[in-house]
Amino acid sequence: MKIRLELTVNEETREVLVAPHKTLLEVLREDLGLTGTKHGCELGECGTCTVLVDGAPVLSCLALPAELQGRAIATVEGMAGGGQLHPLQQAFAELGAAQCGYCTPGVLLTAQSLLSERPTPTREEIREALAGNLCRCTGYTKILDAVELASLRMAEVAR
Amino acid sequence: MTKDRFTIVGRPLPKIDAWGKVTGDTKYADDLVLPRMAYGKLLRSAHAHARITAIDTTRARALAGVYGVITGADLPRVKFGILPVSQDEEALCVDKVRMVGDAIAAVAAVDEETAERACELIDVTYEPLPSLMSMEDALAHPEVRIHEYGDGPNVHKNVSLQFGDVDAALAASHLVREDVFYFEGNTHLPMEQHAAVAQWAADGRLTLWSSTQTPHYVHRLLTKILDVPGAHVRVIATPVGGGFGGKLDPFAHEIAACQLSKLTGRPVKIALTREEVFYVHRGRHPVLMWIKTGFTNDGDITGCHLKTWLDGGAYGSYGVASTFYTGVINPVTYKIPVYKFEGARVFTNKPPCGPKRGHGTPQPRFALECQLDKAAEQLGLDPADMRRRIVADPFTKTANHLTVTTIGLGECIDKVVEASQWRAKRPAFAKGVVVGDRGLGERRRKGIGIACSAYMTGAGTAIYWNNMPHSGVVLRADRSGGVAILCGATDIGQGSDSILAYLPAEVLGIEPKDVHVHPADTSLTPVDLGSYSSRVTLMCGMAAIQAATRLRRAIAEAVAKKLEISVDRLAFRDRKVGDPDDWEKAVPFAQAVELGEAMHGVLAFPGAYAPPKRAGKYKGGGVGPSPCYSYSACVVELTVDEETAEIHLDDVWIAHDIGRALNPLLVEGQVEGSIYMGIGEALMEAQVFRHDLHKAPSLLDYKSPTTLETPPIHTILVETDDPEGPFGAKEAGQGPLLPVIPAIANAIYNAVGVRVDEIPITPDKVLKGLDLKRQGKSARIGPERIPLFKFKEPLVVESAFGQPLDAIAVRPFADAQS
Ligand code: FES
Ligand code: FES
Repeated sequence: MKIRLELTVNEETREVLVAPHKTLLEVLREDLGLTGTKHGCELGECGTCTVLVDGAPVLSCLALPAELQGRAIATVEGMAGGGQLHPLQQAFAELGAAQCGYCTPGVLLTAQSLLSERPTPTREEIREALAGNLCRCTGYTKILDAVELASLRMAEVAR
Repeated sequence: MTKDRFTIVGRPLPKIDAWGKVTGDTKYADDLVLPRMAYGKLLRSAHAHARITAIDTTRARALAGVYGVITGADLPRVKFGILPVSQDEEALCVDKVRMVGDAIAAVAAVDEETAERACELIDVTYEPLPSLMSMEDALAHPEVRIHEYGDGPNVHKNVSLQFGDVDAALAASHLVREDVFYFEGNTHLPMEQHAAVAQWAADGRLTLWSSTQTPHYVHRLLTKILDVPGAHVRVIATPVGGGFGGKLDPFAHEIAACQLSKLTGRPVKIALTREEVFYVHRGRHPVLMWIKTGFTNDGDITGCHLKTWLDGGAYGSYGVASTFYTGVINPVTYKIPVYKFEGARVFTNKPPCGPKRGHGTPQPRFALECQLDKAAEQLGLDPADMRRRIVADPFTKTANHLTVTTIGLGECIDKVVEASQWRAKRPAFAKGVVVGDRGLGERRRKGIGIACSAYMTGAGTAIYWNNMPHSGVVLRADRSGGVAILCGATDIGQGSDSILAYLPAEVLGIEPKDVHVHPADTSLTPVDLGSYSSRVTLMCGMAAIQAATRLRRAIAEAVAKKLEISVDRLAFRDRKVGDPDDWEKAVPFAQAVELGEAMHGVLAFPGAYAPPKRAGKYKGGGVGPSPCYSYSACVVELTVDEETAEIHLDDVWIAHDIGRALNPLLVEGQVEGSIYMGIGEALMEAQVFRHDLHKAPSLLDYKSPTTLETPPIHTILVETDDPEGPFGAKEAGQGPLLPVIPAIANAIYNAVGVRVDEIPITPDKVLKGLDLKRQGKSARIGPERIPLFKFKEPLVVESAFGQPLDAIAVRPFADAQS
C-alpha cells in the first residue's frame, strides 16, 4: 500500500507515491533523487542525515514524510541560491572543512540553522550546536573555523 | 623552477573537490542508481564458530520480488585474502563460519526490504563449535582450530628478530625497566558505510563501483575470486566517505554484488548497515605488550626488547604486516643501538583486525612513550629534554636496517615545549598546583604530558612481490590549455585528487583548475596501489612531477624553437611560456600546447614511481622501509577530577615534520583529524565483545568524540625538505595520531599520579588508581601478566645502528635529469 504525499523541498512542491513507513531520508534520496542527504546510522545517532524543517534541524532518518506535508523542508541541494554558494558552503570549501565530505551536508544545515537563530555565535555555541553531528575526518577544528568565518562574512553583508 | 619560487605549492588552496562536497553533488557509492538495479543483502552468521551442515534457499527464492539467491556453492571454490601469505577468506562461507557476521548467502531483490526478508527465509543448519573469544582462550585450546594454517595452533604469525646483543646491552645499563601494556582494539568508524554497485554486462564484462581505498587490489582479487579475466573487469573507486584503513580489503558484499549481477542480469547494489560495518571491521588490533629497555643515567637508550601479542580475529587480512609493524617502526624515532622484537598474532572468533590509521604502530608507541616517561622520572630527567637528547640522527640506518633521511623531531619537540609553556606548567602541575583562570574547583588537578612518534611515508614494498611502479600517471595536454591527469589514486578525503592537480599545475605554470583529474578507474588509470601507508602524496606526487616535467620539456622544445631562444631560458608561469627577460613575447599556455603538438604529435606522457630499494637484507626486512619518515611531537594539557576521575582535555599542541607542506590547509586538516582519532582511542573507543557478540555495534553505544570532547588543537608545521619527497613533502595522515595517546596517559600521571598502562583510559580505571593511591599502594592500572608463549628462535642480524645510508639506493623509473 502506498500513499500520495505533497512535499515542499527546497521551495519546490513535489508529489510522491510512497509506502507510509518510508523515512524522509529514503524519500529524499530514492524518490526525489536528492542524494546530497547522507546516512551514517539510520537510527538517529550521527546527525549525518540532518535536513531542515521550517528552519530547524531534523534527523531525516527518523522523520516520516506523511507528517511533513505543508512544511518547508530544506536539503543541502537548496543551500546555494541563484548560482551563488551560501557563505557557509563557501567557507567550508575555502578552509578545508570538508575532507571526505560525507558529514558535510548535515553539518552545513545544522550550522545554517544556528546562524539564522544566532547570527554571531561564540565558538562554544557553535561547538554545542554541532555536538550531534559526528565527523570522523576533520577533528572539527576547520569546521568550527568555517562556521565562524561564514558568520563574520554574513554579519558584514547584513551591516 | 627553484624551490623558493613556488606558485602553487605551499598555498592554502581549497581542495579541487570541495565544491562538489559542499553542494551535495559528490556521488558516493550508495548514491549511484542504475536502470533496473536490484538491491542486495547478505545473510550473516549468528554463530561465532560453527560448521555449516546445510543451507536451503528454497523459501527465499520463492519470495515475490526476489531476483536471485547465491551461496558459496555458486562461487568458484577459492580462498582469498589481501596478503598472498594469508589466503583464508571466503566471500560466502561454505563449510564453516569463524565469527558472528561471516557472510553465508546473498540475495538480490526488488528492494532492500524484500532482500532482507528473503535472507530471513534462508535455512542454515549449523553445528556449533567452541568459540575462542580471547587470545588466552585461543592459545589454551589448540585442539579447537580456527584455521588449519599458520605458525601454530591458532597462531597466525610468530616472528622474532634480533639486531645486536640486546642482553649484553641491558646488563650494562644504569637503569633497566620492564613494563607491560595493553591497547584495546577499536574501529575506523568512517561516516560512510561501505557500499558497492556491480554491473555484469551482457558483453560479459564486469564493472564494480565501490567505496574502496584500493581499486587495484580489488581488481586483482576479483579476477581470482570470480575466475574472470582481469581484462574484462573494471573497478572504479567512488569518492570514499572516510576510510582510515577500513576499506582496504576485498569484501564479501563487493563479490556478492558481482555474482548476483551475473546471475540476475541486472546491476546490483549492496550497501552495508552500520552494524555490518562494525562486524566487517579490519580495525585496530588489541595488543598486549612487554617492553624492556635499558638506559644510561643521562637518559640514553642502551637497548630495547619488545614482545607483542596481537588478537587478530578470525582472518588474516593485513595481519602479517600488522604484526611486523608492532615491532619495526619504534627504532626510527630514537637512538636504539640494539634491538630485539618478538611478535605473535593469534586467531580468535572475532571480526578480523587489520590496518587502521597508524597500522600496528600506535600500540607499541604507547608502550615506549609511557615507559620513557617512567624512566625519565626515575632518572630525574625532564621527559621532554630526555627525548630531545635521544632523537635519532638523520641520514643514518636504524638497528633494524631502516634508512632514515630527514628528521625534524628535535625542532618539533622544541616547538611544542615552547608553545605549551611546558617548562612552567610541568613542575607546577606535578606539585598539584592549579594554574590558569578556568574557575576550577579544588578537586580538579591539571596535568601536562609529552610524547613523540614517527611514521612511514609509504610502504617501501608492495603487497604482492613485483618489479612494477607503485604509482603511475598519464598526463595529457590538450589544445584548449587544459591538462588531464589519469591516476589510480583514490581520494578518501585526504585530498589526493587535489595533489594530482596542484603538482602538474606547479610544474607547468597553470592553475589547479586547469587540470582535470581522473582518478581510480582500473580501465583508464595507471595503477596506484591504494590509499594506505601514507603513500599517495609521495608516490603519486613523484609520478605526477615526472610526467609533468616530461610534458614541460616537450612543450618547451617547441616554444624555444618558435621564439628562437634556448630551452633553458624558458619559464612556465601565469599560464604562459616564455623568457622571463622578454615576457611580452611569452606564449599563452594553450598556444604552447599547440606548438608542442605540432612538433611531437599527441602530448601524453607517463610518470612512474617506485620507492628506493632499501629493504634490509634479512627475512622480514621488507616491512618497515619507506622512502622517508614523518615525525611528530605532542603535548597534552588536561584536567582530571579527583572524585569522578572525569578527564577533560584542555589543549593539544602538535608539531609535525611534514618535509614540505604542499598545501598547509590540507596538512593541518590531516593533523587535526589524526589527533581527534587518537583522542577517541585514548579515552573512549573500544571494539569489545560479550558472548560472541559485539558489545557496541551502533553509534550510540560505540562512543567517539563529538565537538564537545575535542579540545582546541594547535598545529605547528615543521619543514625539513626531504630529498625523497615530491618537492620535499612527507606524510601527514597517520603519524600525528600516534603521540597524542601516550601524551594523554603521561599527562594524567602528571595530574593525579595514576599510571594507566592500558588503552582506553576510562574514568573507572583512573578511579581505581586513585583508590590504590589513597591506600598507599602503587597507583598503576594495567595488565599484570603475559601469556606463556614460545616465540620462534630469533633471526639474529647485526645491528645497522648509526651506519650512514647506502650511497646508491636504486630508485626504479627515476629520470636522470629530474
Ligand atoms: S543517519 Fe540519521 S542520525 Fe545517523
Ligand atoms: S569530513 Fe569526513 S566525516 Fe566529516
